[in-house]
Amino acid sequence: MEAQAQKPLLAVQGVTLQYKTREHLVTATYRVSFDVLPSDRFVLLGPSGCGKSTLLKAVGGYLRPVEGAIRLKGAEVVRPGPDRVMVFQEFDQLLPWKTVKQNVLFALEASGRLAGREAEERAMAYIEKVNLTRFADSLPHTLSGGMKQRVAIARGMAMEPDILLMDEPFAALDALTRRKMQDELLQLWEGTKFTVLFVTHSIPEAVRIGNRILLLSPHPGQVKAELNSDGTDAEDASGRRLSDRIHKMLFSDGVIEPEATHV
Amino acid sequence: MSSPAARPEYVRDQVDEHDFGVVNKPLTAWERVYGNTLVRKVFILVVLAAIWQAYAMHLDNPLIFPTFLDTMQSFLGRVANGELLRKSWTSIKVLLQGYAIGLVLALLVTMLAMATRIGNDLLETLTAMFNPLPAIALLPVALIWFGLGNGSIVFVLVHAVLWPIALATHSGFLGVSNTLRMVGRNYGLTGFAYVRRILIPAAFPSILSGLKIGWAFAWRTLIAAELVFGTTSGSGGLGWFIYENKNVLDIPAVFAGLFTVILIGLLVENLIFRTIAQRTVRRWGMHS
Repeated sequence: MEAQAQKPLLAVQGVTLQYKTREHLVTATYRVSFDVLPSDRFVLLGPSGCGKSTLLKAVGGYLRPVEGAIRLKGAEVVRPGPDRVMVFQEFDQLLPWKTVKQNVLFALEASGRLAGREAEERAMAYIEKVNLTRFADSLPHTLSGGMKQRVAIARGMAMEPDILLMDEPFAALDALTRRKMQDELLQLWEGTKFTVLFVTHSIPEAVRIGNRILLLSPHPGQVKAELNSDGTDAEDASGRRLSDRIHKMLFSDGVIEPEATHV
Repeated sequence: MSSPAARPEYVRDQVDEHDFGVVNKPLTAWERVYGNTLVRKVFILVVLAAIWQAYAMHLDNPLIFPTFLDTMQSFLGRVANGELLRKSWTSIKVLLQGYAIGLVLALLVTMLAMATRIGNDLLETLTAMFNPLPAIALLPVALIWFGLGNGSIVFVLVHAVLWPIALATHSGFLGVSNTLRMVGRNYGLTGFAYVRRILIPAAFPSILSGLKIGWAFAWRTLIAAELVFGTTSGSGGLGWFIYENKNVLDIPAVFAGLFTVILIGLLVENLIFRTIAQRTVRRWGMHS
C-alpha cells in the first residue's frame, strides 16, 4: 500500500501516438496510461506492432503524443534531453570515432553535466562498473556486441539520468551473452537502484528484468495488463507460472504469431 | 529409417595455451616483400618507366617523345635551379586558395541544405546543374568578370571544388544512422554543435572521398586554366611552364612539367589523403 502513496517519477496518461509513413497515418498506441515509480524496473512487453518502441521514443521526447501527456517529475516531456537517456538496440549507438572512455565523456560534456577531471573520474567509475576498464582506450569497432552494449549502458548510467530508457538493448545479442547481460543489469541495479523503463518482446526477459510488467496488445498498442514480477517466474495462487499467464494473455487473441517466445 | 547407433558421451579437459607449441608460422621473405603495398607500387612504376625508355629509344625522335632519362635529366636540372619548385609553388598557392574557399562554401551550402527543405532543394538543383559542367568552361566568363589574373582562376577553382564536395558531404550527412542522430539529440546537441560533433565525423568517409574528388578536379582545372593563359604575374604556374616550353620546342622540359603534375598528384594522394584516412576512417573501422 505504501507504493501507492509514492508519487510517480514518470506519468504516462492516456497517450495516443501516431506517425506518418509514406502511404498512411499509423496509430502506434491508443490511450496508454501507466506510472513508473522511482527505482522501478518497468518493462513494456508486447509483440511487434504493439507500439512499445514508439512509446519509449515518445518518453525520450523524440515524438509528441497526439492525445494525452507524458510527465517526468511533473514536467511535461517536449523534447529529448539528458534527464532521460536512451540505450538502443543497435550497436552503432556508440560514436565510432571515440574510444570507450571518450564515448562516456562525450555524453557528460556535450550535455553540460560535468567537465574536466570530474567528468573523467565519473566516466572511469562507470566503465569499471561494467567491467570494461581494460578496454577504456579501445575503439568501438574492436569490441564485441555485448561489450558495445555494456559501454552504452555505462554511458547512460554515467549521466545519472532520472530514468534510463532501454529499447530492446539485448535483442541483437546471442542467447548466452543476453543471459549474462540480464544478470549484469540486475547487479548494476542492486548497486544504485536507478529507475529503468525497459522495452522487450521476450517474455522470459521481461520476467527476469522487471519488477513491474506492462502488457500491450498490438495494432494499435493498448494496455492489456500490468503485472508484478519478483524475477523468479513464481507461481500464483492457482499454480500457474507468471510467464504462462503472460503467454496466455498475449496469445489469447490468436492473431499474434508466436515470435515472442524465444528467450 | 532406423535411428543412428548409440554413441558414448565424453567430456575432455582443455589443453593449456602454453602447451600448444608453435602456432604462428613466420612469413617467408618473399611473402613479406610482396605483402608490402609500397614495394608493389614502386615495382609497377619501375616497369612503366622501363617501357617508356624502351619505346622512346625505339622511336628515336626527341621532338615527339623524349626518353625517360632525358626527361629525368631535364626534370632534375630544373628542380636544381629552382624553376620547377617555384612554378609548382605558384600553382599550389592558387590551388589552396580556391580549395579552401570552395570547401568552406560547400560546408555552408550543405548545412543550409540540412537545416531547411528549400535549402535541400536548392543544393540538389545546383549540384545537378553545375556538377556536370566542366569548371574550365567557365574560364572565358570568369576572365570577363575578374580580368586576367588570380581572381579568375580562383573563381574557376571554387567552382571545381564546391559541387563535388557539397554533393559528397550532403549524401554523407543523409546517410548518418538514425540511432546516432537520436544519440546526439539525447545529449542535448543542436544546431552547429550537432553538425560538428555528430554529423561531420559520422559522415567523414563520404566527406573524405568528396575532398579527394574535389582535389583532383581542382588540380586538373588549374593546370588547364594556366595552359590557356598563364597568370598576370611574370612567374606563372606549372601549366604555363608546360606551355612556354612547348613554344620553344624544349620537349623534355614539357614532359618534365607533366611529370611534375603527376608527381604532385601522387604525393597528395599518397601522403596527405592516405594519412588522413589512416588516422580517421580506418582507425575508426568506418570504411568508405
